[in-house]
Amino acid sequence: MTVDQARTLIAERFSGAQTAGDSPMVVTVPADVWAPFARFAKETLGCGFFSFLSAVDWKEEGLEVVAKVDNVDDKLSLLLKTRLGPGVSACASLIGVYRGADWMERECYDMFGIHFEGHPDLRRILLGDDWEGHPLLKSYAVDTPHPPYR
Amino acid sequence: MAVKAPQIVPVWRNFKDLLEWEQLHQTRPESDKHSDLFLSLTEGIHNFPGGFAVTTVADAFLNWARKSSVWPVTFGLACCAIEMMATFASRFDVERLGMVPWASPRHADLMIVSGTVTIKMAPMLKRIYDQMPDPKWAVSMGSCANSGGPFRHGYHVVKGVDRVIPVDVYVPGCPPPPESLLNGLLLLQDQIAHFRRTGTRAEPTPKVD
Repeated sequence: MTVDQARTLIAERFSGAQTAGDSPMVVTVPADVWAPFARFAKETLGCGFFSFLSAVDWKEEGLEVVAKVDNVDDKLSLLLKTRLGPGVSACASLIGVYRGADWMERECYDMFGIHFEGHPDLRRILLGDDWEGHPLLKSYAVDTPHPPYR
Repeated sequence: MAVKAPQIVPVWRNFKDLLEWEQLHQTRPESDKHSDLFLSLTEGIHNFPGGFAVTTVADAFLNWARKSSVWPVTFGLACCAIEMMATFASRFDVERLGMVPWASPRHADLMIVSGTVTIKMAPMLKRIYDQMPDPKWAVSMGSCANSGGPFRHGYHVVKGVDRVIPVDVYVPGCPPPPESLLNGLLLLQDQIAHFRRTGTRAEPTPKVD
């Protein structure tokens, strides 16, 4: 599976997806095909290695979820991106495809407040259970008080 | 014949958890904190004509005893702990100052807060400090423990450990080299030596080398 073959396959199966670059190949997909595309990347493109999942806050343009998956045999790596749209904080979960997405999505929920639909155990992972807000959002004030230590 | 399973009663019996049990056994009642009778007694001896000789000599002796064996609890939080370990080790050797790094807060007199205190760590730090017996001291080591340091504008760091526990000496640096920490410990010993009237804290004497 070379990069060009992968690009043609993606263009055939997912017309809404845009690809750019080679290493890693950046694939921007619509939010509604996020989980199906991940399944396609794992089963058809052979990207069995789940590197990470995170998010970017683009302020007015809304949140963007980013995940990197690799095919380590053929040195093919995909950087999957999807825009959730302004004001939306719900995204499909990748747990059904990659089990390693479990803690990554919990961290993403912790830091950005993205609700992954279908996640079996979506709660905070790094911050305390009584934490208010999601600190990596641009709208979060860093001087939010945390009594009794502030 | 059915074998009856032994009933295991936890040490803390009816308490909700270990924390509650510890609080009952370790926090003393308010009335016990400062013995007013003892204070007025020493005050009376001090104000009696010629009595100051007794209290100052007693103070000097107790202060000498305290400052000569300040045992720091081995408590490292971040990269400052590496410098603290170097201070404890053979080259800088704090044992010549009478300090024995001790791995239990219940036998220690001094807590060197060496590193970043996160909001998640602060309750544990307070708990360890509460476990130390009086009289106890605290040294804040490094920029992070002093004020939050480079993480001051982060969302997760306590902006100075003095918001959690009372601090006696602040050692600046990021991280402070062992020489700095040694100077801080000597300053602490100097402060201990200037305690007044058995149990009352003196004003810290600013000492500039």
